[in-house]
Formats: sequence, C-alpha cells, structure tokens
Amino acid sequence: MENLNLILPEIFISLSIMFLLILGVFKNDSSKITFNLSLFAILITTIIIINETFSVTRETLFNESVVIDSMSSLMKIITLIGGFLVLVISSTYLKTFKIYNIEYPVLVLSSILGMMVMISSNDLIVFYMGLELQSLALYVLATYNRDQLKSSEAGLKYFVLSALSSGLLLYGCSLVYGFSGSTNFDIISNQLNSEEYVLTFGIVFILVGLAFKISAVPFHMWAPDVYEGSPTTVTLFFTIVPKVAALTVFIRFLYVPFLNLIDQWQMIIVFLSIASMVFGAVAAIGQTNIKRLIAYSSIGHVGYTLAGLATASNEGIQSSIIYISIYVVMNLALFSCLLMLRRKDQYYEDIDDLSGLSKNHPLLSLCLLLILFSLAGIPPLAGFFAKFYIFKAVLEQSMYFLAIIGLLSTVVAAFYYLRIIKIMYFDKEKDKYDTDHSLWLKFSLTVSTILILLYFIFPSQLVEVVSRINII
Amino acid sequence: MIDIGLGHYLTLGAVIFSIGVIGIFLNRKNIIVILMSIELILLAVNINLVAFSIYLGDLAGQVFTLFILTVAAAEAAIGLAIIVVYFRNSGTIRVEEIDNLKG
Repeated sequence: MENLNLILPEIFISLSIMFLLILGVFKNDSSKITFNLSLFAILITTIIIINETFSVTRETLFNESVVIDSMSSLMKIITLIGGFLVLVISSTYLKTFKIYNIEYPVLVLSSILGMMVMISSNDLIVFYMGLELQSLALYVLATYNRDQLKSSEAGLKYFVLSALSSGLLLYGCSLVYGFSGSTNFDIISNQLNSEEYVLTFGIVFILVGLAFKISAVPFHMWAPDVYEGSPTTVTLFFTIVPKVAALTVFIRFLYVPFLNLIDQWQMIIVFLSIASMVFGAVAAIGQTNIKRLIAYSSIGHVGYTLAGLATASNEGIQSSIIYISIYVVMNLALFSCLLMLRRKDQYYEDIDDLSGLSKNHPLLSLCLLLILFSLAGIPPLAGFFAKFYIFKAVLEQSMYFLAIIGLLSTVVAAFYYLRIIKIMYFDKEKDKYDTDHSLWLKFSLTVSTILILLYFIFPSQLVEVVSRINII
Repeated sequence: MIDIGLGHYLTLGAVIFSIGVIGIFLNRKNIIVILMSIELILLAVNINLVAFSIYLGDLAGQVFTLFILTVAAAEAAIGLAIIVVYFRNSGTIRVEEIDNLKG
C-alpha cells in the first residue's frame, strides 16, 4: 500500500477546489467567503506539507511516477506562500474593477494544484497533466478582466503561444519516450546514452517548451504583452508563482532524465542564460510601463537562475533555488508598491506616475528604493546575495565567460532601476495617491521589505534549508 | 508493396507537426486557423506516441495519447472562449489587427 500521506497536500487542495466550486454555485454572494476559505485551504495545505513531507529525503509513489523529496517540499511551500499572498492582496484591486468573483480563488487554487503536480512529477504523463492544469487556469486568469480589451488580448496571446510551447514540449516527450521506451524519469535516465542523435532533437524540443514556460530568451515574446495586459494582481501571480514551478521542472528534467546527456544540453542552457541576461537588461531600458518593465526585468532574472543550472553542480542548483526564492520576495514587494499607486479607483502603472513620489509618500518611496536597489543587486540587500551565490557557483565550475556576461548585464540592468529612483526622488511631484490601503497590502509590503533589508543578518537560514537539496 | 514501418509513421508525424508550426507562424488571417494548427500539432504527437507504443510493445504511449486527447479538448474549449471574449471587445479576430499591446 502506498503511503498516501505524502500526497495529502494535493488531495486536500483538489477537494477544496471542488468544495469551493459547489459552494459558489449554491450560495449567493459567496465571493468573500470563497476568498477566505481558499486562503484557509492554502494555509492548511502548507501545514500538511510541513508536517508530512518536509523531513522526507526521497520517496516515490504510484510506480515511481510521483516523487516527494526535499526540493519538491520546499518549492511547493514557496508556491503556496506566493499564491496565498497574491490572493490576499488581490481583493481591493478586483473590487475596483468589479471582478471580485468566486472564480478567481478557484482558478488560482487550480493552477497551484497543477504546479504542485508538476513539481512532484517523476513521469512524463504526470508532468504533462500538471503543466496543462496549470496553463489552462492561467489562460483564464490572464483574460480575467474580460470586459477590457487589453486583458482579453493578453489572454489570447498567452493562450496561443503557451499552447504552441506545450505542443513542442509534447513532441519532445514523444521522441524521448520512443527512444528510451518509458515515460518514467529514472528509467529514461538509465536508458539514454548520447549515441542516439534523435534524442538530441527530443531534448531540444523539451527545453524549448520549458524555456517558453519560464520565459527565457529567445522564447520570451509572450511575456511583456501578457504582463502588461493582464490585471495587475494576475501579473503578480504570473511573475512569481509559475516561475518557481517551471524552474523546478527544469531542474528535474536536466538532472534526472537528461543527466547523462550533459554535453548536449549544457551549451543550450548557457546560451539561454546569456541571451536572457543581456536581453532582459537591454530591452528594459526604453520601457514606460512598469508592468512591461517588470516583464523584461524578470526575463533578466530568469537568465541568472539558468546560469546556476548550467553549472551542473549541486551548488549551482542550490544557488538557483535561493535566487528564485529571493526573486519571489522582491517581486512581491515591488507589486505591493505598484498596487498602492491608486487614486480614486484608478490604478496607475506608468513610470511617469512615480515622478516626485518621495515628496508625498516618503515611506512608500523608501521601500521602493530598497526594492529597486535589491533588484539591481546592490549590497547588503537580499538581491545582492542571490546574485553572489549564483556567481560563486558559476566561478567554481570555471565558467568565466558566463560570469563576466552576467556581471556586465547586472551593470546595464542597474541603469533602468536607478532611473526609476531618479524619477521618484528628483522629478516634479504629482498629485497624492490614496493612502487607505488594505491591511494585507501593507503587511506584505512591510514583511517583504524587511526580509530584503535584513537578509544579510541571517543568510544561513535559507542556505541551510536549501543545502538539503542534493539532486546529483 | 512496401511495408509500412515505424519510420513512415514518424515521418507522417513530423510532417503534420511541421504543418502545424508553420500554420501558426505564417497565418496572417484568422485566429481560428491558429487553433486548428495547435490541434494539428497535438495530433502529430499522438501519431508519434501510438506508433512508438506499438513498436515498443508498451501501453504507456497509448495511455499518454488518451490524456493528450482529453487535454486538447479542454484547451480548444478554453481557446474558443477566449476568442469569443476577445471578439466581443474588439470586433475582430484578424491576426494582424491584434496589436493593442506593444512597446
């Protein structure tokens, strides 16, 4: 008998989704209670993960198609916390646009369920089902503000490109299945050897599909449009949560089934990483919309996480995971600031709207200043340490070229972060923004800013948790 | 008469897959055509998987195919719904006119 306690989180969250749907059908005006119950469900799921699976080093279930290990537990917790905070800071925004419906928490929960399945997958079929559950929910979320042209266009673009990338990924899966004879990652890993050149095709297709999902250059073109068009809270969700799941899947694919073919994929990952870092830094310079700028900045950050993966060492993987965790915190803080730019039921999202912010809102601008410094990687903020671990791991593998390009693009990227700070502090001031923000919004901004600011006092906590992850 | 072997099925799959991908990128007219191209890509994958499954004598490929068919149906439903929503807002589904977001 399988130890079903290990997938209790997934079981619980899927039952909650069904319960919430039924509740939404039978009860009038149930949006508030659905929101609260879904938050409760996420909390309980997190507690179950911490209790049941956090100490598990490695267990497999269902003919080894699902794997529970220290990486999956950590990534699931990050996903759930991200989803929780997105939900709590969404409500004011959604009410403003009159889209405060029961579907929103249900869709967020189902995409989180999809990501949890993806994170735990050890089999091509399980992986694909998780991926599609996540994507289908995300298509609808991108279109969530359905009376607005921009949002529906974002959903349309995301749908077309994401479906295409799923198709490429599946084609790669079919080739890998055909030439290894199994869909299980461990068996594939034993069967694959580098003599089969058709396998390289399979790997390339799978990597292209995954690069689409994580929005690495040259497969990033959907990201800026989708980020700009979607409702801001959904953009926040897109920026942080699916990236965590996609990164985990990236690690799993590269280091379980394709570990023996490292010569084939290492150059591809290095290329993706360099292209994303450089493109993310250069293309963000001319942007005027903050959400679009965040899209390019997140492309750049994905480049750094991929640099950690390219090293093919445990330190590299661990540094990528640390990077993505800190990235989640930084973007949460940045979006909390963005959601505070509200004046009379209208949200502002242009960089010009920030001009002279420091005169009317000194505290908000100080937080934003810290966040942007951290994103640019200025010590002693958390973003610096994230980059530091990556570069340390890269240099240990003597990949000097990658490290130099990374450092140079950090310098270029610093330009557009500093430009925002200049606009905030030295440009002409505009009208005051509303200050009656919800408690949760203030809470998430405060907590994430404090985490960014004080990370250097306790850097070993996160490193210790992550150091339990040994993939190779 | 030639024997139809694995290679032929894979070639058929590759051709249909290429038609699907090219259909997405060359199509300048209608989004519905893109939806059809996506279906073609998924069907090409199905041909591949079933061929491999028979060739390997392993059922997992055919199970995978059934899952893909199900997901493709769900994806088409959501895709059509999004197209309807977009059409309500903009009054067009011509591909070259979908350019409100750029920069």
